[in-house]
Amino acid sequence: MFPAPIERSSPSAQIAYKVALPIALVIWLLPLLAIFMTSIRPAMDINSGNVFGWPSSFQLLENYSAVFTQSRAGTYMLNSVLVTVPTMIVSVALACLAGYALAIYRDFKWALPLFFLFVAGNFVPFQILMVPVRDLSVRTDTYDTILGLVLFHSAFQTGFCTLFMRNFIKALPYELVESARIEGVGEFKIFWYLVLPLVRPAIAALAVLVFTFIWNDFFWATVLIQGDDRLPITAGVRALNGQFVSQWQLVSAASLLAAMPPVLMFFLMQKHFIAGLTLGATKG
Amino acid sequence: MSDATTHPGSTVVKASSYGWFHRNRIKLAPWLFLAPALIFFAIYVVIPIFQSIWISFYEWNGLDNADGSSSAVWVGLRHYFDLLDDDRFYTSLKNNVLWLVLFMLAVPIGLGIALFLNQTVTGIRIYKSLFFFPFVISQVVVGLIFSWFYNPNFGIVGQVWEFFGAVPPAILADEDLVTYGIIFAGLWPQIAYCMILYLTGLNNVAPDQIEAGRLDGAKGWKMLWYVVLPQLWPATFLAIVVTVIGALRSFDMIAIMTQGGPYGSSNVLSYYMYETALSEYGYRYGYGSAIAVVLFAIMMIFISFFLWKMWRDERGS
Repeated sequence: MFPAPIERSSPSAQIAYKVALPIALVIWLLPLLAIFMTSIRPAMDINSGNVFGWPSSFQLLENYSAVFTQSRAGTYMLNSVLVTVPTMIVSVALACLAGYALAIYRDFKWALPLFFLFVAGNFVPFQILMVPVRDLSVRTDTYDTILGLVLFHSAFQTGFCTLFMRNFIKALPYELVESARIEGVGEFKIFWYLVLPLVRPAIAALAVLVFTFIWNDFFWATVLIQGDDRLPITAGVRALNGQFVSQWQLVSAASLLAAMPPVLMFFLMQKHFIAGLTLGATKG
Repeated sequence: MSDATTHPGSTVVKASSYGWFHRNRIKLAPWLFLAPALIFFAIYVVIPIFQSIWISFYEWNGLDNADGSSSAVWVGLRHYFDLLDDDRFYTSLKNNVLWLVLFMLAVPIGLGIALFLNQTVTGIRIYKSLFFFPFVISQVVVGLIFSWFYNPNFGIVGQVWEFFGAVPPAILADEDLVTYGIIFAGLWPQIAYCMILYLTGLNNVAPDQIEAGRLDGAKGWKMLWYVVLPQLWPATFLAIVVTVIGALRSFDMIAIMTQGGPYGSSNVLSYYMYETALSEYGYRYGYGSAIAVVLFAIMMIFISFFLWKMWRDERGS
């Protein structure tokens, strides 16, 4: 293990390390702590200039419920769910099928070029897609609808998901598939009964990652959505920022609410999340 | 084996009697499995890339004529020549380079934090997850947080400056400082990402090699440079890739913090493209697409390199 385990060094170094840890963490998360403190203080504090000091009173419930009663934060949150969940299901499902095709058929000559197509597409800048995708949405009457956003996100995320899924399936023992074929099991049955149960960890990893990516998307929400009642929470927070001018306690409460679902997702599914981010490079 | 053919009821015999589709199923099956993903991906990703390149040769405001035909007018390479004389384009390009260079700091800093946290004291798992926090949060929220931080009247920056008796700078309103301010905010989540890549990488470093290095008297920087870093190369490569992509994709923070201002001084190509194509003074799809094509070309250099490396790895295995 590198660096050398701290247990091997002198007692004073060990104490120093244990003191340094929480200090470093507080400095690292200072922006978050500050916004949390802002979100629980009364408006009076901010007007009188007490922005980073101790709050004069704690208004956690008042501020957070005010976000919902004085703005459309509830609608924005719901819209985000309506965009995120279907996207998650569609892109992971398509990637399972495509990843299987690209990993299992050894004689399939197009496997590598098509795989690279998915990989490359996943990295292109959004702006090169913006005008045609917006135009396509207008022409298919999906502009300014949740459906339009779901369709685009699903298609785009399929690239990343296929990259991940293909590599995961490729690492499975190929003999399993071969022996099933010799037994005469149909191709779809091999996929459904043999491979799909084995890729469950990959499905979990992709689900949490896609959830986070889509929940945090801002660019497409501004390009493809116009109507206030269809905005997802990221674009909604910006709208709130304009609405709650200088009512920082409310803006920060809304921001923290917007950040909450991905944070919860990360804490609940940490192992899968990290496996996904490192493109499955984790071992234990 | 031949065993199967001797039994009339066995599946192999059945299979051969199904006809053309069944005989070719091994050839057809991959296409059937791929079809949904491929069609979807083609419609929303692959074809739009070529359409954008095509649109960049037109002057178009996105509208149709009354008779339903497109109002786009062919202008050939004119947009690209216009870009050469466009100061805002050069500012954006310069800022993109700045982003690319300074964003790279996320890789060594991420490594530093990963080394700091790679211990086994109690509660370290919680510390690791909390250090990763900034990456999970949407960039919109990060942008908002740092906008307040930089506010000269209320923000922490202002308070620190006042503590030293100095007049606080208005970072986001200063043409020379604004881009650095946004990049600094952008580094926060990016460092967290690089850190997690390195923490995973450090987990996979072979312990026997470390011990062997220790026996040879290597420690500290020498150990890091000659024994650990070479083994961390996959993590480093991935960290560089995601950081380059992240730097060139930067959009959310600029949209939230400055909208490219003041006077376009914090613009980058991605935001300049958006601003031009969906401008308040009439959409300029053609010119916007030309900017997008330039950004795409820059990105393609990195993507090609990445694909080339993957291709080499694939052939190796």
